[in-house]
Amino acid sequence: MTLQTPSYRPAAGEEAAPGSATPPKSGGLRALAQRHLSKLVVAPSFAAILLFVYGFIVWTVYISFTNSKMLPSYELVGADAFSKLWRIERWYVAIENLLIFGGLFIGISLIVGILLAVLLDQRIRGEGALRTIYLYPMALSFIVTGTAWKWILNPGIGVQQFVRDLGFPGFTFDWIVQQDTAVYTLVIAAVWQSSGFVMALFLAALRGVDQEIIKAAYLDGASLPRIYWGIVLPSIRPVFMSAFVILAHLAVKSYDLVVALTGGGPGYASDLPATFMYEMTFRRNQIAIGSASALMMLATVVAIIVPYLYSELKGGKRV
Amino acid sequence: MSSLTSALPPAQGTGARIARWSLYLILLLFAAYYLLPLLLMIATSFKSPEEIRTGSLLSLPRDFSLDAWSYAWNRACIGADCRGMAPYFLNSLVIVGPAVIISTFFGALNGYALTKWRFRGANIVFGMILFGSFLPSQVILLPMAQTLGFLGLAGSAGGLILVHVVYGLAFTTLFFRNYYVSIPDDLVKAATIDGASFFQIFTKIMLPLSLPILVVTIIWQFTQIWNDFLFGASFAAGGAQPVTVALNNLVNTTTGVKQYNVDMAAAMIAGLPTLVVYVLAGKYFIRGLTAGSVKG
Repeated sequence: MTLQTPSYRPAAGEEAAPGSATPPKSGGLRALAQRHLSKLVVAPSFAAILLFVYGFIVWTVYISFTNSKMLPSYELVGADAFSKLWRIERWYVAIENLLIFGGLFIGISLIVGILLAVLLDQRIRGEGALRTIYLYPMALSFIVTGTAWKWILNPGIGVQQFVRDLGFPGFTFDWIVQQDTAVYTLVIAAVWQSSGFVMALFLAALRGVDQEIIKAAYLDGASLPRIYWGIVLPSIRPVFMSAFVILAHLAVKSYDLVVALTGGGPGYASDLPATFMYEMTFRRNQIAIGSASALMMLATVVAIIVPYLYSELKGGKRV
Repeated sequence: MSSLTSALPPAQGTGARIARWSLYLILLLFAAYYLLPLLLMIATSFKSPEEIRTGSLLSLPRDFSLDAWSYAWNRACIGADCRGMAPYFLNSLVIVGPAVIISTFFGALNGYALTKWRFRGANIVFGMILFGSFLPSQVILLPMAQTLGFLGLAGSAGGLILVHVVYGLAFTTLFFRNYYVSIPDDLVKAATIDGASFFQIFTKIMLPLSLPILVVTIIWQFTQIWNDFLFGASFAAGGAQPVTVALNNLVNTTTGVKQYNVDMAAAMIAGLPTLVVYVLAGKYFIRGLTAGSVKG
């Protein structure tokens, strides 16, 4: 996932000069054509986004107000699908799992990522190699990650068996096959995959902090941990926000990892909203309910993203 | 990009040395944590089924064997189709190539237009495009499936290319826009005064300056599209499926004896292209991940 702090310079004289490089209006027809070219160039992409993003959202909203079962129907029946959705026990399991998974995934990734970034920032020999090692899981597909972890966490052949063979026959680590712990295996694999990303984010931010401040604090007798805790980390607060937003929306969208690692099981004990939606829409012939659950996911992401994007785009203070 | 603490004098004494050693110890332990799953996968893919059953998880392969790799590549059964991962690997290549090129091309044009020829509402247009990068795909799955059906693209590579181009636009536009914002407007202004046109400025001035962001975008899109599972699983039928879907089918096939060495070899086959790209061009990959995030 990426993250954006689009830096907008406030355009001077918005009305008259839309862009600072826009040729003067007196340039005649040619300049006029040039000015509209810009819009024409963006138009195909914008039209595609309007249709495939916003149009499709409206489409899904419409479907969620019908009684679509196996095939989409376009007869409106009101908010039935939503009230049904909130009566399905499996949906509550998915929501609860999302809260557990999301909370732990975000929290642990942040802690591990920040810790690694700060430790790597201490003039480490071989920093480049270590950074590469910490971050490479991010390049892998969640299906590959899930396949590997599924096997490592498999009680019969993975870690449990390994420790038992070492001479601890009573050792048990079978989270992946237990109803109430399967969701935690998702956290293990997701943190493994994404914490390096948080590290990269914070390391880059640490490198941007003014060294003079550190030096001054040091000469004042502040210890290194205190400098980081009291000065450095607070000064890169925006990065916490970015990292949180990225991780949170990744958590809401998590699908591949669940499919590859637990398949939502045992039973549906490790379902997340994304797998619930897929199950309802494509396997259970409950298209309207599936659409309603997709909209719940969208609402969650919007609640996280829109305030963030708004403050980033409107801010104008950062350059 | 120097270390924050490089301005400080190095600490002296035994305490400092112990701290230093434990620092390296912690970092190496973390390195082991990140590396172990990959090493286990590689080691297991070279073992025989016999050795996996009797041997230890952490042991190195005794008889180094490529059998699992060749079996996974062209004989393993994905559903009822026993041609191995090879045809699906090819499918992924066919999808990734055009999707990356087209989405990158439009991203570059959008970024250029949105920064150097700003029109009224450019901000809003960009914001609306940007939101697409956060969209939970579940919201568009059903309408997209229907639309691809109408277009006659259901289940085909062409359909997947379209999907990846459309939903990649948000990222490619973002990357180029953030990059072009930092290129001085005076360059463009001077060229317009000299009579250069919109597209001349793009090809003669902007593109030659764009190599770094071009690499970032291509790598990012390549990784994203290669690793995609949801779209592939939803929109590709049997023979047109990408490699990630094939891998999942292979691993979750319940018939027959589980061949973990084949599973791991197949996972490596699916993961190798992006891993190789990451090792070769890691710093660009990182730049893509953290694009624009540390300007504040």
